[in-house]
Amino acid sequence: MIGNSKRPGKCEVSLTVNGEPKTVRVYPMERLLDVLRLELGLTGTKEGCGEGECGSCSVVMDGKLVNSCLIPALQVAGATLTTIEGLALGPRLTALQAAFLKCGGAQCGICTPGMILASRQLLDKKPKPTLEEIREGLSGNLCRCTGYMQIFEAVMEAASGNSQ
Amino acid sequence: MRSDPVDFALRAPGTLELVLSMLASEPGTWLPISGGTDVMVQYAAGKLSSRQLVSIWNLAELRGIEVLPDEIRIGAGCTYTELREHEVISREFPLLARAARWTGGVANQNRGTLGGNIANASPGADSLPALLAYEAELVLVSVRGERRISYVGFHTGYKKMRMELDELIRVVSLPRRFSGYFQYSRKVGARNAQAISKVCLAALGRIRDGFMEDVRISLGSVAPVPIRLTDIEQILKGRRIEPALVDLAKMKVATAIRPIDDIRSNARYRAAVAANLVAEFLTQLVNSGTLA
Repeated sequence: MIGNSKRPGKCEVSLTVNGEPKTVRVYPMERLLDVLRLELGLTGTKEGCGEGECGSCSVVMDGKLVNSCLIPALQVAGATLTTIEGLALGPRLTALQAAFLKCGGAQCGICTPGMILASRQLLDKKPKPTLEEIREGLSGNLCRCTGYMQIFEAVMEAASGNSQ
Repeated sequence: MRSDPVDFALRAPGTLELVLSMLASEPGTWLPISGGTDVMVQYAAGKLSSRQLVSIWNLAELRGIEVLPDEIRIGAGCTYTELREHEVISREFPLLARAARWTGGVANQNRGTLGGNIANASPGADSLPALLAYEAELVLVSVRGERRISYVGFHTGYKKMRMELDELIRVVSLPRRFSGYFQYSRKVGARNAQAISKVCLAALGRIRDGFMEDVRISLGSVAPVPIRLTDIEQILKGRRIEPALVDLAKMKVATAIRPIDDIRSNARYRAAVAANLVAEFLTQLVNSGTLA
């Protein structure tokens, strides 16, 4: 590394977001959360604590739920991401989103995108989860409004197939 | 204050060889970052020790779990999710599988790595008491080659460890000789997920003819480093578990640990809980003996 090592400048990062190839010019230590919101305009991903405690900024990266506030931009080069914007097809909600609506699984909405993506990750692994498994699957996502019960009911509802 | 990404360099050379040559050419300059579950938290708080980072996330040479007849070799870059989903680890090393399950939540388990947990050297790291109980060995690697050392004694003081500035942890090796043991662990924290331990315990024991043939007890969050209670183990070995002996062990715990007051708990509570957890383990160990 020569001369300007303290000011390394931006780099080009290519990735796939919600099925679309994207290339952004960003600082390598920019948080994925900021890349999504500020560079790509995907403001569905929310910032809660900014230190990996609350799960509000959850996205799915290469098939795995991650906290986007803890991922530096350079580490998503070549990755495939799904954000909350990638679930619904136009106005058509997924069964999981419809279940959250039906059960009242959201109030202020800050935790909701993360809750839905964490729920989806859980249902992908366990299509018929027990309440205990739902609690564990969502244990990294904090909600300060609902008291969680409506959220758990929404996941149960989605798993039962009643919201199709 | 939050860090500004403008001030930071991050490189991802993509192979272990290239990472090691960076670490060797400028020792102490490049801070390795894997899944970022600790490093990015320090970054967010403006507390990172270096402004130059090198990514070791997803390096093929640090991945994979190899099951050999006498030992299991866990790549230091394996995530908690990989640990808890691994069949042999779940079956033979439940102390480690449970620690992986108790660390963070799903998203952090998908990114946090075993090597990162060791190198971050938190006294409250959930996986470290398990590594002490299992007598883990570490394979460290640098441009100078590999060396294999015992994990016991690796952490020498708060955030201090027996590793050179140009080295990385490559493999964590666990012997498979404890699969027949009674294995017990507990984490005491503010909540089940997303909480760092106030106290955590990992213990192994084997009863033969009513006597403790072997016993290993490790604690986290009660000293500057995770500790094994070897003096207490010596008192217990060869004895029958009786109430008086359990009381003696509880008393000895107080002298073996050095708990502190911090944001998560206080020394007095930690000492009481640590003693109770040791007693609880011994009580459960008796029952395991009667069942066997």
